[in-house]
Amino acid sequence: MKKHLLSAADLTREDAELVLATADEMRSLADRPIKKLPALRGRTVVNLFFEDSTRTRISFEAAAKRLSADVINFSAKGSSLSKGESLKDTALTLEAMGCDAVVCRHGASGAPHRLANSGWVRASVVNAGDGTHEHPTQALLDAFTMWRHLGPRNGGTLDGLRIAIVGDVLHSRVARSNALLLHTLGAEVTLIAPPTLLPVGIHSWPVETSYDLDAVLPKADAVMMLRVQRERMNGGFFPTAREYSRRYGLDGRRMATLQDHTIVMHPGPMVRGMEITADVADSARSVIVEQVTNGVAVRMAVLYLLLGGSEPAVGTTDGADA
Amino acid sequence: MPAPAATPAPGPDTGRTVLDSGDIARALSRISHEILERNKGADDLVLLGIPSRGVPLAERIAERIAAVEGRAVPSGSLDVTMYRDDLRLKPARTLLPTQIPDGGIDDKVVVLVDDVLFSGRTIRAALDALNDVGRPRAVQLAVLVDRGHRELPIRADFVGKNLPTSLVQRVRVHLNDVDDEDAVIIEGAGA
Repeated sequence: MKKHLLSAADLTREDAELVLATADEMRSLADRPIKKLPALRGRTVVNLFFEDSTRTRISFEAAAKRLSADVINFSAKGSSLSKGESLKDTALTLEAMGCDAVVCRHGASGAPHRLANSGWVRASVVNAGDGTHEHPTQALLDAFTMWRHLGPRNGGTLDGLRIAIVGDVLHSRVARSNALLLHTLGAEVTLIAPPTLLPVGIHSWPVETSYDLDAVLPKADAVMMLRVQRERMNGGFFPTAREYSRRYGLDGRRMATLQDHTIVMHPGPMVRGMEITADVADSARSVIVEQVTNGVAVRMAVLYLLLGGSEPAVGTTDGADA
Repeated sequence: MPAPAATPAPGPDTGRTVLDSGDIARALSRISHEILERNKGADDLVLLGIPSRGVPLAERIAERIAAVEGRAVPSGSLDVTMYRDDLRLKPARTLLPTQIPDGGIDDKVVVLVDDVLFSGRTIRAALDALNDVGRPRAVQLAVLVDRGHRELPIRADFVGKNLPTSLVQRVRVHLNDVDDEDAVIIEGAGA
């Protein structure tokens, strides 16, 4: 039985398109006087955040509340985790209190997978970012944003669109999830980064790679800039921030080489002046704020499809029969 | 549970056609006139079809009313999936479009349009859904077929055809916009 959303690779093309279509209906809710639907009334969603997050946690909270679910927020700071409690004991506590879904963000890659397959909790587990591994709902909201902007001029699909993902791919769970999901949806992904910031084994990903941003930009339909994740770096990945910014940052001069319809995206949080300049981030091409709006709709769709019926309509299989 | 009356049944087509395209056209014309008669014109009328087949029916009624009154009547759709009482009993269902016409439904007379009225549970869900969209002055219900077997105190204001059925039978409505033909078909025992 499908139950969890742990990786963008869990989603078939049909699954992903169902999420996008559902999110489209959820998005229209924002225009209504009462922004609430009764679909998850009486269900409990726990936001289990072991790592700092603004956007993702608030987005999941808003999504669950708009579907009438009860939301319990749990962050590592100020909980017994800071006293040394393990993931297992935290999970058993949540299970004892009764919850239907656990939205998990963790600094260690694979933590949500462990939570889902350990038998500690019976709830559906949604990966909200684990280490440098995956962030599937971010990939879904990015795909949704592209689909809304670029879909109408491309037959309603992402087939054949060229997506450039630029920056710290090595530490980026967003890049991995996007590469997998966009490939599933038929888009052609190019990852652009200095050689030191591309992960080992990148040749096994369904993507092209390049070290030269200026060569890729004129052909791209969407450009996604990634933040340089200083907090995960313990070594010299590039000489200076200024040199990185000059070679891999998106500024007004580079933006001028883009096609007219090309959109500029950023999963946030962005560092203005580093990977993207302020004039680009605030330009008409930038859909960065809209990505946040779409995030709520996409997460509503995911929660609805996992919890709304008697069994989930999308996602990975249960640990028992996997 | 409310039978998905409009869902095509598997297996060979053994049904009996009870309304053909001419019958459906005449029934919709009569319903359109009855709506105008009841509401003394088309002022403040909003037609909302329940997907999937209520939507083209609402559009056809809107066209007929426009032809009689000489001006357009707003027509839209109202998805009731999230409001169904059997949501938890089946796998999560695909949502269908909700399109509320510009101008909203506050203080309007909303006519809900559906293809088949059966248990009444879909209409109950629609009334709940309307509640979250606005506050109409009145809500009326128009259906192409009323097949009886109500499970809730709900009735239609405008009925295309009353069709006595048994519970083992299925009523299928085919519409040009969705199924390439206009017909109402009864399938199952005694059809």
